[in-house]
Amino acid sequence: MFEQLFPNVDWEKAWEKTVETLYMTGISLIWIFFIGVLLGLLLFLTSKDNLWENMIIHGFVASIVNIFRSIPFVILIVLLLPFTKIIVGTIIGKEAAIPALIIGSAPFYARMVEIGLREIDKGVIEAAQAMGAKTSTIIFKVLLPESMPAIVSGITVTAIALVGYTAIAGVIGAGGLGDYAYLDGFSRNNNDVTLFATLVILLIVFIIQFTGDYITKKIDKR
Amino acid sequence: MISVQHVKKIFPAKSEEVVAVKDVNLEIKEGEIFGIIGYSGAGKSTLIRMFNGLEMPTEGSIYIEGKDITRMKESKLRLARQEIGMIFQHFHLLWSRTVYGNIAFPLEIAGIPKKERDERVRELIQLVGLEGKENAYPSELSGGQKQRVGIARALANKPKVLLSDEATSALDPDTTDAILDLLVDINKKLGLTIILITHEMHVIKKICHRVAVMEKGKIVETGPVLEVFKHPEQPVTKRFVGQVTDAEDMKETVGRLLEKYQSGKIVKLTFVGEVAEEPIISTLIQKQLIVVNILHGNISHTRHGAYGTLFIHMDGKEEEVRNAIQFLLSRQIGVEVIEHV
Ligand SMILES: Nc1ncnc2c1ncn2[C@@H]1O[C@H](COP(=O)(O)OP(=O)(O)OP(=O)(O)O)[C@@H](O)[C@H]1O
Ligand SMILES: [Mg+2]
Repeated sequence: MFEQLFPNVDWEKAWEKTVETLYMTGISLIWIFFIGVLLGLLLFLTSKDNLWENMIIHGFVASIVNIFRSIPFVILIVLLLPFTKIIVGTIIGKEAAIPALIIGSAPFYARMVEIGLREIDKGVIEAAQAMGAKTSTIIFKVLLPESMPAIVSGITVTAIALVGYTAIAGVIGAGGLGDYAYLDGFSRNNNDVTLFATLVILLIVFIIQFTGDYITKKIDKR
Repeated sequence: MISVQHVKKIFPAKSEEVVAVKDVNLEIKEGEIFGIIGYSGAGKSTLIRMFNGLEMPTEGSIYIEGKDITRMKESKLRLARQEIGMIFQHFHLLWSRTVYGNIAFPLEIAGIPKKERDERVRELIQLVGLEGKENAYPSELSGGQKQRVGIARALANKPKVLLSDEATSALDPDTTDAILDLLVDINKKLGLTIILITHEMHVIKKICHRVAVMEKGKIVETGPVLEVFKHPEQPVTKRFVGQVTDAEDMKETVGRLLEKYQSGKIVKLTFVGEVAEEPIISTLIQKQLIVVNILHGNISHTRHGAYGTLFIHMDGKEEEVRNAIQFLLSRQIGVEVIEHV
C-alpha cells in the first residue's frame, strides 16, 4: 500500500535521511542541553540579589545570548560558514550543520532554563544556605532538581524547533529529511516524496512532544 | 549561650537608607525559649536572620557559644550553620523531594553516610509524628505537616539552637497549638534553645520563658513573660498583652456600662499566679455589703502561672465600695477603677 501511495520514495534513502535528521537533532541536543543549562545557571546566579551577583558577567552573557537568539537561523548558518569550515573541516553534510544548530538554539534554551530557575522560591535557596550548604550543593541539589520540569519542558520545545532547523539546514546541503524533501521531492517534482518527508518529520515531532510531556508530568511534584 | 551586642543593621537604598535594627542587646540562656514580638516591619526577621549569618550586621556582634557569628570565614560559617536550625513561615521545603528526602538533605550537606542518615531520618520522623508519610511529597501534606517536616529538617544535625521565623503564622489556631506543643516538647527533650519571632502574643504566652518586644528596630521591653504580662510598660507591650487579655469589643462595652451604671464603680481586677485560682469574688460578696456584677473575665495561662483580668461593677454605699477595694488590694490583686474609656 505504501508503495502505491509513495511511488517515488526510495525506502533505503528515506531511512538514511531520517537517520541523518535524528543524528543532527540528537547530537546538537546533547550539546545544547549542557551549554543551555550552563548558560542558564550563569545568567541566573549572576543576576541581582543572587549567589554570584555580578552585573558585568551577567550583562555580557545576556547580550551574547540575546544577539544569537535574534539572528534568523538561515543567516546564522551562512555567517558561521567560515567557523564551521575550521571546526568540522567541511561545510556540507550532516556534521557541518551541527555548529549552527547548537549556536542557534543553545541561547534560546539558556533563557528557558533561566526562567525556570527564577521560579524557584528564594526562600528554598535561603533555607539551604541556613543549613550550611555550599554553592555547588545548592546548584546540584536545589536549583537543578527544583527546576527540572522547566528544564525538561524547555528541552522538549527546543528539540522540536531543532527538527525544524535541521530541515532548513538540509536545504543548504546538510542532508536529512529537509534535504530529501527539497532535492528529491521539490526539485524533481515528486510531491509524494515531499509529503513523505513531511510525515516523518511530523512523526518525530509528535514523539518528542509526547515523551517530553510525559517526563515533565512525571517529575513535577508541585 | 547567645549574646547579641550592639547589633545594628542598615539596608542601603537609593533614596533613603533603612535602619532595620538599631542597637539591639540581648542575652539568651541555654535551654530557653526566647520570644521576640513586634508588629510588621519592626525588624524581627532582619534580627533573627543575623543569628545564622543570612544577614550580616552593619555594626555589633552576635556570639553563639562564645563564637562570633558575624566575623567568621565563609567555610567556618557554613559549619556553624549546621548547628543552628531554622524554620520558616512558608516552610521552604524542596518540592522535588519526599518528606524523607527533605529531612535527609541537611544530613547530606553535613556529609553523613547513607546508613546513619537513614537511621537519623527515621528517628526524626518519629520525633515530629510523621510516621507513614516518609514517601509523601510536600504538595501532598497539610500546612501543619509541612511545618513538622521543616522542624525535623532543622533538627537533623542536632543543633543547639533553633531559630523560628513566624513558624506558625500560616497555620490555623489548632494547628498552631499543635506545632507549639511540639516545640515545647523538643525544647524539653533535647534541651534546645529556641529563639522565635512572632506578632501573636498567644504564641509568646503559650511557650516562651522570656520575651523581648521590638518596635521600629529597637528592643523596647524585655523580661520573663509573666512579668511583662503583669507590668507592661511601653504602649506597644500593653497592646500586645491586650491581644490575649481583653476582648475585642471590651472598650465599647465598658463605654456603654459607664453610661448605664451611674452609681457604683466599674473596676478592672488583675490576678497573677495563685490568686487567679482563688474564690476572691465570693469572699468579697460575703464580706462587704455590695452588689457585684461580673462584666467580662479572662484567664491566660503562661508557662509560669496564670494571669487573669476581670471587669466588675460594684454598687453599694460609697464606704462599702471603698472597703471592698481595700480588701481586694490586700489580696494582692491589681485594682484599676475605670472612669472613662
Ligand atoms: N533586603 C532588604 N533590603 C532593604 N530593606 C529591607 C530588606 N529586608 C528588610 N528591609 C526593611 O527592614 C525593615 C524591617 O523588615 P523586617 O522584615 O525585618 O520586618 P519584620 O518585623 O520581620 O516584619 P514582618 O512581620 O512583616 O515580617 C522594613 O522596613 C523592611 O522594608
Ligand atoms: Mg518578618
